[in-house]
Amino acid sequence: MSITATLIGQMITFVLLVFFTQKYVWPPLLQALEERKKKIADGLAAGEKGKHDLELADKKAKLVLKDAKDQAVDIVNLAQKRATDLADEKREAAKQEGERIKTAARAEIEREIQQAKEELRHQVAALAVAAAEQILRKEVDINKHREIINNLGNQLGQA
Amino acid sequence: MASEVHDSGGATGYIVHHLTDLKIGEGFWTFNLDTLFFAGLLGFIFVYIFKKAADSATSDVPGQLQNFVEMIVEFVDTQVKDSFHGRNELIAPLALTIFCWVFLMNTMDLLPVDLLPAIASLFGIQYLRVVPSTDLNETFAMSISVFLLIIFYSIKVKGVFHFAKELVFHPFDHWLLIPFNLLLNAVEYLAKPVSLGLRLFGNMYAGELIFILIALLPWWVQPALSFPWAVFHILIITLQAFIFMVLTVVYLSLAHEDH
Repeated sequence: MSITATLIGQMITFVLLVFFTQKYVWPPLLQALEERKKKIADGLAAGEKGKHDLELADKKAKLVLKDAKDQAVDIVNLAQKRATDLADEKREAAKQEGERIKTAARAEIEREIQQAKEELRHQVAALAVAAAEQILRKEVDINKHREIINNLGNQLGQA
Repeated sequence: MASEVHDSGGATGYIVHHLTDLKIGEGFWTFNLDTLFFAGLLGFIFVYIFKKAADSATSDVPGQLQNFVEMIVEFVDTQVKDSFHGRNELIAPLALTIFCWVFLMNTMDLLPVDLLPAIASLFGIQYLRVVPSTDLNETFAMSISVFLLIIFYSIKVKGVFHFAKELVFHPFDHWLLIPFNLLLNAVEYLAKPVSLGLRLFGNMYAGELIFILIALLPWWVQPALSFPWAVFHILIITLQAFIFMVLTVVYLSLAHEDH
């Protein structure tokens, strides 16, 4: 148990080991560690970015959806309004048509009435003339009273 | 198990036999072949494994070996970054080497005390100490190397003049107290390698000694004692490797700082 030249040998071994470690062992290992650290950091950052992008896309999608919904509501409203308008128009048209038909019918009736009146008047006149003829045949000389009779007939025809 | 093959008999002979190095040479030029061999072998295992991991290191999904190695590297790197704030390309690899090498050498302690010596005796090798860190030469080789690095970086960072000034005018800034300062600083500086080397040596030596003592007991008592001691020793060997590493880093970071 004494200090001998073994110490020198051990020191040489030690120095060689340290030298070798410093030169060939430590740098590649530490480099690999650093690289992995960077890779992990990058991966985490990418993940974070992806999450952010997803959030943005989500927001955008919501906006688009809302837009579409609004548009749909607008379209439905417009269609409803248009349908109402159309129905009103039709109703109006139908009303007018009815009115027209009614007017035409009334006019027709009026005409018929007039015609009937006219006919009636003629018949009455003829009847009156016939009656008068019957009466006058006995007392009135047709030739003598022709003017009066004709006048009367005319007046009747005018009435 | 206490084998009865030693030349000088009894428990003392057994213990002494286990604590005798396989030597070659005389006086100072004695080489403890077992220490040199096992320390070298373990150092080689360390750099072999780590070099293999370093060669195939990728920043993609790491394999088993890379994962294991990276765990240790990361651990050491964290320790170094915690206590050393300057820029020095040497300190982290140095700390890694110290931690792994010391750990591996200490781990030899967990092998049964008679296993390797018994195998060696089959090849005619009489003495074998398998734990390099129970050899003062080993622990002091490292602590003195660290000490030289402390001196080197103190001078490199502060400059010769500043460093010398610090030695004579710190902690008491008065010319009358120069000898006292010098003495104080000498003690402070020398205490570092001595405590560093002795701490590791003492812990490992004591642990090994207890394993040897347990091995002297009857075989049916041994498991009850050696198992708990081995489990406890797992803590010790890791802790000692860790302490050696951390103190090295701390001493070197002190060398980089101005007072």
